[in-house]
Amino acid sequence: MAVRSGQSAARPPAPRFPHRHLLSVSELTRADVANLMARAEAFIPLLEQRVKKLDTLRGRTLINLFFEASTRTQSSFELAGKRMGADVVNMSVRTSSVSKGETLIDTAATLNAMCPDLLVIRHPSSGAAHLLARKVSCSVINAGDGGHEHPTQALLDALTIRRARGEIEGLEIAICGDVLHSRVARSNVQLLTMLGAHVRLIAPPTLMPADAERWGASLYHDMKHGLVGADVVMMLRLQLERMQGGFIPSAREYFWFYGLDEDKLRHAKPGALVMHPGPMNRGVEIDSAVADDATVSLIERQVRMGVAMRMGVLEALAEHGANEQPDQ
Amino acid sequence: MKPTLITNARLIDPASGRDEMGSILFDAAILDIGSRITAPNATTIDAQGACVMPGLIDLRVVVGEPGAEHKETFKSAGRAAVAGGVTTFVMAPNTTPVLDDASLIDFVLHRAPERSPARILPAAALTRGLAGETMTEMGLLKEAGAVMFSNGDTPITDSRVLRRALSYSTAFDALVAHRPEDSFLAAGGAMHEGELAARLGLPGIPAAAEFIAAERDLALAELTGARLLLDMISSARTLEPLARAKDRGVKASASVSVHHIALNEQDVDGYRTFAKLSPPLRTESDRTALADAISTGLIDVIVSGHDPRPAEEKRLPFSEAASGAAALEMLLPGALTLHHNGVAALIDVIRAMTLNPANLLGLPHGRLAMRAPADIILVDLGAPFRVSAANLKSKSKNTPFDEKLMQGRVLRTFVSGACVYENQD
Repeated sequence: MAVRSGQSAARPPAPRFPHRHLLSVSELTRADVANLMARAEAFIPLLEQRVKKLDTLRGRTLINLFFEASTRTQSSFELAGKRMGADVVNMSVRTSSVSKGETLIDTAATLNAMCPDLLVIRHPSSGAAHLLARKVSCSVINAGDGGHEHPTQALLDALTIRRARGEIEGLEIAICGDVLHSRVARSNVQLLTMLGAHVRLIAPPTLMPADAERWGASLYHDMKHGLVGADVVMMLRLQLERMQGGFIPSAREYFWFYGLDEDKLRHAKPGALVMHPGPMNRGVEIDSAVADDATVSLIERQVRMGVAMRMGVLEALAEHGANEQPDQ
Repeated sequence: MKPTLITNARLIDPASGRDEMGSILFDAAILDIGSRITAPNATTIDAQGACVMPGLIDLRVVVGEPGAEHKETFKSAGRAAVAGGVTTFVMAPNTTPVLDDASLIDFVLHRAPERSPARILPAAALTRGLAGETMTEMGLLKEAGAVMFSNGDTPITDSRVLRRALSYSTAFDALVAHRPEDSFLAAGGAMHEGELAARLGLPGIPAAAEFIAAERDLALAELTGARLLLDMISSARTLEPLARAKDRGVKASASVSVHHIALNEQDVDGYRTFAKLSPPLRTESDRTALADAISTGLIDVIVSGHDPRPAEEKRLPFSEAASGAAALEMLLPGALTLHHNGVAALIDVIRAMTLNPANLLGLPHGRLAMRAPADIILVDLGAPFRVSAANLKSKSKNTPFDEKLMQGRVLRTFVSGACVYENQD
């Protein structure tokens, strides 16, 4: 059997992706998701090759604009861009003029003048990516905006689940933890529901958004109860500042009632898989015994899928053409 | 355990609505209730027509232990309780240290049964140190055995803190008791704000301090879906938001102290510091409205509000004196004034001290039912007596009922079928 080369020419061309930006899952259709996931799938063999470089994005520029600390998302986009031959620039907010008081719109205008093709933004305010998208002439990818969305995380999670379980349709997926502040949860609820899974949200009442039942998910405050019959358990990171904010009384109580350990995991379906978008607070939302158990944990695979998924996204958006602005 | 048979008794049970002559047979649990019971092996007591009813459940008792054992201990509070017909009481968390950690709940549940003939159940603090800033580990506290949560006598001023605490409590279906009082309006006040306070030259606490806070607390209960007990209301005006909230299906309930249905602000006249309470005694029309609300069931629970204060905290100028009264032994005779004065039916008065508090706590006690725990009291409803503070079993003797003529004496008290008190008079 022939080993697949991983060259994008070796597969039938994916249909053109109809959106210029990737700002939220809510604007995607099921066909859009299938398109992006098919592209990502095709890149997975490449990641296992000795030479991992393509030239799909040669001559194109990708700017990573991160207003919040990030290890995996930023490096994932950087690697994805570089593997496809793009020039990647990382804007670190600490050393940029943003820390000198420049507004987001001024920063956008400045960057736009440099004619990038792809702009990846993470920002602590919900809606920041949308604002940026209206002000620049390149494609904008939302890598997390406040408590709103993180679409590439949801896409890579869906890809990870599909590769582990074959199908997403009909799965029971539990998302547990700080749902209230989680953009990962918002994107995942929409995406997984769209793909036919049934989502349960498990959180203490103080960390459950108001009227979350209208999202089409089932809500639970009792984790053991909520895990019964779950195929996949997706844990969310508990931001430690939430404790000072008075949402929960202490880390030890949180772990006791909402931390995923082997005892609680036993309530899920036998063979249930565990996910976490990272970075993990071991002993707060997840026990090391579960996180490090290779038979159930997909956590490292999520990171691996992250690069492929982002390559798929970059490829799809780059087909919209280069950012060629006439000099005015 | 040798069973006990009480014959020739008026059996009163709010759970079943029973009020009839009959007999009751019990060991640790109730074995039989009826008109003709034969139990040759049982210790038989002829009630001679006195009442048998479920032991009283008091949701609000301040115990000095740990930290202020000179005021009251588990032992002295337990003895006062069973002498007053109280077989179970909830201990307030305002001790030293404050009951805000699971280890302290564990301490109470181990120490109290060794010392107290009455069952003592701990209420845990709603916020750490009762400071009103950080919610306690409600889940761990409830698993340790806390039966409800309360912030003691210090209401939470920060509405966001209270909202989060109420919201969090719903994960564990916990009962949260909260004093409805606007701390800013009540600050510095010594008695009900009105004509009498003005004449006495004492700073007042307006009724608005209570119903403003009650409106807020009920609104937060509605927002969060929490089970809120308005702890010790004092004003007629507070009944309006309470009734509205109940009509809307808010999981709200309310308690009133025995003082506020039996006394009014006139008892303060003459600067009597023993009648200085928090919330303050209010007007006669407030008192009658609260009494009526017991009759209609709008107010769910009558509590003693037992707050022992040694003489050195009370023998002071009125404004400087501490608030609070020792009341475990006054709960039953004080509440029975509503029955004797024809304001409320006997069974409704008893319900507010037995079945209703048991249901709020989810306890199997508070009812005369087959297999229910045999917490039972034998009461002579009409027996007259003059209250003598000196004779109280409580370590602190501060009661505004001192020297009053009252009716209703506890003859015997049984906890889990064991006779723990017998009236020697």
